[in-house]
Amino acid sequence: MFLTETEMDVLIIGAGVVGGALARELSRYQLQVMLVEKEVDVAFGTSKANSGIVHSGIHDHPGTLKAKLCVKGNRLYPQLAEELDVLYKQNGTLVVARNEDEWKLLSELVNQGLQNGLTGVQVLGRDELRRLEPNLNPELIGGLLVPSGGIVVPFDLVYGLVENAITNGVQLAVGTEVQQIQWESSQFIVHTSRGMVKARYIVNAAGLGAAKVAGMIGDESFTIYARKGEEYLLDRKLEGYIKHTIFPLPTPESKGILVIPTVEGNIMLGPTAHRVGSFDELSTSAAGWDEIFRFTKGLVPGLQASDVITSFSGLRAAGNTGDFIIGPSEKNFHFIHVGGIDSPGLTAAPAIAQYVAELLEDAGLQLEHKRSFNPLRPLIRVRDLSLEDRNRLVVKRPAYANIVCRCEMVSEGEIRDAILRGATTLDGVKLRTRSGMGRCQGGFCSPTVMRILMEELKLKPEEVTKNGPGSSLLFGNLRNRPSQS
Amino acid sequence: MEEQVIDIAVIGGGPAGLAAAIAAAEAGVKRIIIFDRQTELGGILNQCIHNGFGLRYFKEELTGPEYAARFIAQLAEYPQIEVKLETMVVELTSDRQIITTSRRDGWKIYQANAVILAMGCRERPRGAINIPGTRPAGVYTAGTMQRLMNIEGFRPGNRAVILGSGDIGLIMARRLTLEGIEVAAVLELLPYSCGLNRNVVQCLEDFNIPLYLSHTVVEVCGEGRVTGVKAAPVGPDRCPIMERSFMIDCDTLVLSVGLIPENELSREAGVQMESSTGGPRIDSGCRTSVPGIFACGNVAHVHDLVDDVSEESRIAGKAAAAYVLGAQQGSEPNRVKVEPGRNIRSVTPQEIVAGEPTVLYIRAAFPERDVIVAAGRHRSKHRIVTPGETVRIMLHPEDVDFSAGVLPVAIEGGVESNA
Repeated sequence: MFLTETEMDVLIIGAGVVGGALARELSRYQLQVMLVEKEVDVAFGTSKANSGIVHSGIHDHPGTLKAKLCVKGNRLYPQLAEELDVLYKQNGTLVVARNEDEWKLLSELVNQGLQNGLTGVQVLGRDELRRLEPNLNPELIGGLLVPSGGIVVPFDLVYGLVENAITNGVQLAVGTEVQQIQWESSQFIVHTSRGMVKARYIVNAAGLGAAKVAGMIGDESFTIYARKGEEYLLDRKLEGYIKHTIFPLPTPESKGILVIPTVEGNIMLGPTAHRVGSFDELSTSAAGWDEIFRFTKGLVPGLQASDVITSFSGLRAAGNTGDFIIGPSEKNFHFIHVGGIDSPGLTAAPAIAQYVAELLEDAGLQLEHKRSFNPLRPLIRVRDLSLEDRNRLVVKRPAYANIVCRCEMVSEGEIRDAILRGATTLDGVKLRTRSGMGRCQGGFCSPTVMRILMEELKLKPEEVTKNGPGSSLLFGNLRNRPSQS
Repeated sequence: MEEQVIDIAVIGGGPAGLAAAIAAAEAGVKRIIIFDRQTELGGILNQCIHNGFGLRYFKEELTGPEYAARFIAQLAEYPQIEVKLETMVVELTSDRQIITTSRRDGWKIYQANAVILAMGCRERPRGAINIPGTRPAGVYTAGTMQRLMNIEGFRPGNRAVILGSGDIGLIMARRLTLEGIEVAAVLELLPYSCGLNRNVVQCLEDFNIPLYLSHTVVEVCGEGRVTGVKAAPVGPDRCPIMERSFMIDCDTLVLSVGLIPENELSREAGVQMESSTGGPRIDSGCRTSVPGIFACGNVAHVHDLVDDVSEESRIAGKAAAAYVLGAQQGSEPNRVKVEPGRNIRSVTPQEIVAGEPTVLYIRAAFPERDVIVAAGRHRSKHRIVTPGETVRIMLHPEDVDFSAGVLPVAIEGGVESNA
C-alpha cells in the first residue's frame, strides 16, 4: 500500500511547530513535500501544551544554536503572525529580582542579551517596576524589561503554518506513524502505519520520538528525554492584571516558573520542569500545583487558587547536548535531524525552518521559488469582527451568528470551519476555535460540538472522541443499544 | 447600527425569565422580549425529566418539562411578550443597551427601559477544583451528563463514580442506575450531603448506592478514556489522607461540585455583586445596584426548589413593571440592610424595602440541630439546618424595624450536627 504514488522530494516527520514551520517554508519552493504525524491531529504532541512565549533570546548562551535561532525567530514573528492571522502579541518580558544576589545576576543577563544582539533592554528599579506592573510583589527590588519578548497561542500558530503549507501544496498525513526507513537507490522507502512513501530527503522533526526515528537509519548519535511541565490556566476575568510575561532569574534546568498573560486574556502559571521516564506521562499533580502556586504567589501576591479554570501538562523533548540538535545525520546526509527542540523551540521554529531549508540545499536539494506561493492563511474569528462586519458575514452564512461556546463566544460557523480545516475530534475543534476553553470548560458547548462532529464527519456516537482512538466520549445511544449479556 | 426600543428585556427563558415576564405583562407592560439561547423555552427544566417539581407552587408533583410547560402555555395569553429563541445576549451595558445575536436576525441592538437578569447558573468544572491526574475522555459535570442522556439520548458511560452529593449529583446517580449505568460510588468531601435530604433517600438509599462522606477524588486515571479514580478519605481540615487512598474502577467521573450563578453580563453592566451568593446584590424587589436592572432565580442565588424561583421571579417582574410604568411612590421608601450573624453563609435578598412582602432565603454555614432562626423580630424553631438546604422565612412588616437601618439575621442556640 502506498500513501501516495508520487515520489516526495522531502518527507517531514512530525507535525508540531517545527514540522509545521518547515512544511510552510518548503512550500515556497517547487517541491513535493509531505508532512506525516502519528497523532490524529496536528499539534497534538508537545506543541499543544507549550507556554506560548515568544522569547527574546536573553536567556540563551551566546554562540549556541538556541541563542542564534531564538533571536532570529523572534524577529520573524510579527510578519509571520500577520500573514497567518495568528494570535500573537509583543507584550514584553520582565525578569524580576527578589533580592540583592538576584539583582547582581541581572547584569549578567543584560550582558548575555547584548552579546546575543538584543536592543532596548532596560534595567528597572523598584519604583519603575511597580509603575509598569502594579500587581507585582512590592518586595521585588527591580528587574529587566526586554521589549521584544512576546506571547503567541502555540497551537494556533501550528494550525496556521500547516494550513498555509497545505494551501501551497504540501500533503499532510495524520494518524500516520513512521515504523521503518530504508535507503534504496538514492531514496528513502518509508514504511508507516498507513502505507509506504518514497522520499529523497527526510527531516526528522519527531519531537519526543526524534531519537527513535533516527535509530531507524541506525543513527544513535543523540538521545531525547522528557522534561514535564505543568501549567495552570486562570479565568479570563483577570485580563490586564499582569501585562508582561514575568520571569524569575533562570535556574540551570529551566527559565523558571512564570506568570504568563495569554493573548486571549487569561493568565497562565507554570511550567514546572521535572524529568520523567515515560513519553506518555501527562498527568498533573498536587505537588506540581503547590510548587507553582507558592512560587508565583511570591511574584504576584494577589493570585488566587479559586481562579484556576483548568490545568494540563506537556513534555519538553530535551536533547542530551543542551543545545538544539540540528544537522544532517552522519549515517545519511539526506536525513536531517531537528531534535532536542525544547525551549526556546517555539520561538526559534520559523528560524529553524529557514536554517533547515539551507541545510537541505547544502545537501543537494534544489530550492526554486514558486510564483504561486500565497503567504496568507484566511480565518474567520467572529469575536474579533465589528458588529457591521459580523452582519455582512451572517448574510452569507447564518451559522456565524449562532453562538455555541458562550464563554469564549465561538459560533457554529467557526466550529464547522474547524472541521473543514481538519479537526476530527473534540480537542481538535477546541484547539482550533477555543470552544470549550473558557470558564465552564465545555460544560455547555461540548454536547453541541459532538453533534456537529457527527453530522459533518458522518460519525456514530461511539466514534466521537476527545483526541483520537481510545478516547471515546460516548458509548452509543441510550435506547436501541446492543443487547446486554 | 439601528437600535430597537423595548420596555423590558428578560435575559433567559427558564423558570425565572418565564415567571418574571408573565408577572410584568400582568402588571400592564406593553413590550416585553424574552431572549433565550436554546431552541425551546424552559431552560434547564427541559433536561430535568425526574419528578418532584411544583409541590408548593402548583400543589402537585410535576417533572421539569411539565413544570415549564405550565408557564409556556400561559404565554399565549400575553401577546405583549415576544420570545426570541436561539438568541444569545452577548453584551449588556449599565444604561441597558443590549446586543444580541441569532441565526435569524444576526447581530442586533436593543435599548430596554428595564432588564431582568434570569440567566440561571452553571456548574463548576474539574479545573475549578483542581483534581490531579490525567485528562482522559469520560469526565463530565452532572448537568452535561444529564443533557447528554436526557436531551441527546446518548449513553455517556458504563460505570461511573460521582463526586459531590449536590442535588444534581444525587438525581444523576438514580438516573444512571435506571439506565443500567452502574454507579460505583458517590463521594462527598464534607461530612454531610449537600443535597436535599429527600434526594439522599430517594436517589441513593433506595438504590443501595454507596455514599462515602468525607471522601474525595485525588487522582483521575486513564489515558484515552477514564479507567478509574483514586479516592481518599479527608481529615477534619478537608485534606486527603493519602495513605488511606484506594482505587475505584470506572470509565466515567461525574462532577457535582457546586453551581455558580452565571453573571458575566451582570458584571459587564456594572451590577454590584454579593460574594456570599455569587449573584448580584438584590433587594426585596429583586432590584440590583443599577437602576432598571433586576435579577431573579439562580442568577441571583442558587435555589433548592424551582417553586422558589418562580415565586421570586414574579416579584422581579412586578418590580420591573412598576419601574417601567413610573409607578414609584413620591418619596424614597425606607430600607434596611440584612446583617448576617452567627452560622449564616448567605441571606437573600440583601436589602428590604418597607412595604414589600419579603421571603428570606437563609443558607447556614454549617449543619446544626434544634436551632432558632432569628431575623429582626422574627423567631422560628428548626429541627435541623444544613448548608445543603435553605431556610425559607416569610417576613411580616412587624418583624422589621426600619428605623434600625439593619436587619440582623442569625441561627442561634443549636447543637452541631453531622447530618
